[in-house]
Amino acid sequence: MRLVARGLGVRHASRRAWALTGVDLVVEPGERLLLTGASGAGKSTLLAALAGILEAEGTEVTGELTVDGGPPRAARGRLGLLAQDPDSQLVMTRAGDDVAFGLENAGLPPEVIWPRVDEALAAVGFPYGRDRATQALSGGEKQRLVLAGALARRPGLLLLDEPTAQLDPDGAALVRTAVARATPGRTATVVVVDHDAEPWLPLVDRVVEVTPDGLVQHGPGWRPLPRTAGLRLPPGPDGTVLLAAQAAGFTYRGSSAPALSPSTTALRGGRVLAVTGRNGTGKSTLALLLAGLRAPTSGRVTASADLTGAVRTGSDEPHRWRAGELVSRIGTVFQHPEQQFLTGRLRDELAVGPLRSGRQAAAARATADELLERLGLSAFADANPYTLSGGQQRRLSVATALATSPQVLVLDEPTFGQDAATWRELVTLLAEQRAQGRAVAVVTHDADLVEVLADHRLALGPP
Amino acid sequence: MTASLSLGPVPDARLGRINPVAQLTAMIVVTLVLLTSLDVVTPAVVVAAELCLLPAAGLTDLRDLWRRTWPLVLGATSVGLVNVLLSDDATVVTGVGLGLRVVGLALPGVLLVASTDPVRLADALTIHWRLSTRFAFGALAALRLVPLLVAEFESVRLARRTRGVEAGRNPVAQARLVGGIAFTLLVGAVRRGSRLATAMDARGFDSGIRRSNARGSRLHPRDAGFVAGAVLVCAVAVTSSVLSGAWAPIFVG
Repeated sequence: MRLVARGLGVRHASRRAWALTGVDLVVEPGERLLLTGASGAGKSTLLAALAGILEAEGTEVTGELTVDGGPPRAARGRLGLLAQDPDSQLVMTRAGDDVAFGLENAGLPPEVIWPRVDEALAAVGFPYGRDRATQALSGGEKQRLVLAGALARRPGLLLLDEPTAQLDPDGAALVRTAVARATPGRTATVVVVDHDAEPWLPLVDRVVEVTPDGLVQHGPGWRPLPRTAGLRLPPGPDGTVLLAAQAAGFTYRGSSAPALSPSTTALRGGRVLAVTGRNGTGKSTLALLLAGLRAPTSGRVTASADLTGAVRTGSDEPHRWRAGELVSRIGTVFQHPEQQFLTGRLRDELAVGPLRSGRQAAAARATADELLERLGLSAFADANPYTLSGGQQRRLSVATALATSPQVLVLDEPTFGQDAATWRELVTLLAEQRAQGRAVAVVTHDADLVEVLADHRLALGPP
Repeated sequence: MTASLSLGPVPDARLGRINPVAQLTAMIVVTLVLLTSLDVVTPAVVVAAELCLLPAAGLTDLRDLWRRTWPLVLGATSVGLVNVLLSDDATVVTGVGLGLRVVGLALPGVLLVASTDPVRLADALTIHWRLSTRFAFGALAALRLVPLLVAEFESVRLARRTRGVEAGRNPVAQARLVGGIAFTLLVGAVRRGSRLATAMDARGFDSGIRRSNARGSRLHPRDAGFVAGAVLVCAVAVTSSVLSGAWAPIFVG
């Protein structure tokens, strides 16, 4: 299908700024295009416009956008869409039924549906049969299944919206391979949106970058600057051990297999520990133990006398500390920042930790304002945390952990799905914490992060 | 907790071979009889028959059975107790009867959920009872999000501890904490729900074309037999109740 945009502008409901302005773009039938650009540049808005799924209410659209000469909404029957979140795209309980879902919606008879289902599952390299339970699949497998569901409808236009952003590197590679093998005939126009351009380059014909000043066409042979380019990070001072895990393991109640097999490690002031390993090795569980959020079911996690200080129970095990005591000693950043937000304003959000750890209101406010300034979020001081972009939310969640000046920081996948600019900011921020003598533990799949930041590494194997 | 809510293909429960609409018809029969009788014999016979179906629904593991039924057992016990303690003329027998009634009404639902893939239920409802496909498959998609919510509850609770928020032993603080977590979950659920709606929209759901069904849903003689069995059990229950002199229909008096 042929896509044509002329002078396209989009403004979302209740926003003052235009998400897109003056977009001119032509995509020929069968072409494979990558739309890249920083978070918040309007890539996903452009994709939503092409898919005809822009929020109808209150959204202002100027200029012209056509799919095969008609409005995008009218081309919906020939559209295939693969979005970011693997968990909110599957409908059925079995893999085959899910691929069949879109064909049933088109009113096709069963004798046509099943051969097409098998064909689509084979095309994406789905490794299981039709009867496989969808909830037993990994993220990468779910995304391949969603892709099969889109392909089975024989789309003329395939739109992929950051389809690998929530996957680990193995899962992401699986999805890209599936896209490549499933679209050999050039029967469909393919548009991929991703801020991480590099891995898609072998797959696409053309790269267009969405910038605040409009679209930039990149010629053949273009490569994005590596995000580590020119990055100089300060080292940390030689500190003592603040927190240690001695053969700490964890098994969920009622489960026979351990989530984390006994692991031993130490967090030192002025050092960054990177915990790596494939999915299911218990990386995040180890983070929960180190953060004092769960008690190890075997072994111990103990804090040094320096870190423990005057806690009421006198225990050196962080999981026994009260939340108000924990928050000023160990700062934790979860993988999904929105799960940690408590208030309706950024400024209040940053003051929560200091107040909870017993500081005065005025001091808490001063800390909050200072952090907002340093992270370039002052303009949003009164905004609701939920309205921030993904990169901004991530920076805010790190800032909330820093607000109480804890000596230990534990972060779960801090760079997951972040664009190059946010990535560099986060890495720099963490290096600053190290330089101030803090101990930092990051759980991550991100090889670049480990490369530039890790002083020590702990690679977890299967439990 | 997660296990009892999780949905998915059922590992070959024999009861799953009975068409869901036949199971629902049998449930309606049983419900009508139980709602109109106030004695102890009728629900006792019905519950005994329902318990015989547990193995067929794959509920042979006692721990699994308890996980799925403890709220029901708790509810039934309290209904019985409250009636005995607070009512002037209620005897222990009446209390037991009322408790059994609650079990008899709810157990078929437990059996259905345990034995039947929700997709087959949606198929059967839309094909045989002409339920709107928009409603049936929309509800099905929403149902898939429930286990995700359960898993998320725990991680939001831990996330609050990292911010210095926990309830300790104060019940008021605990209620507030759960309220706050529920709000966070709700925000997440609304967003996920709208993403799911978009994904379904993009696959042509509810686009005005008459939807076909790839699996179909057939009614067999065994389905009629199952409903007849339910009717028979109810007849036996009422007959033995009348013969034993315990029969006390709700309309008389």
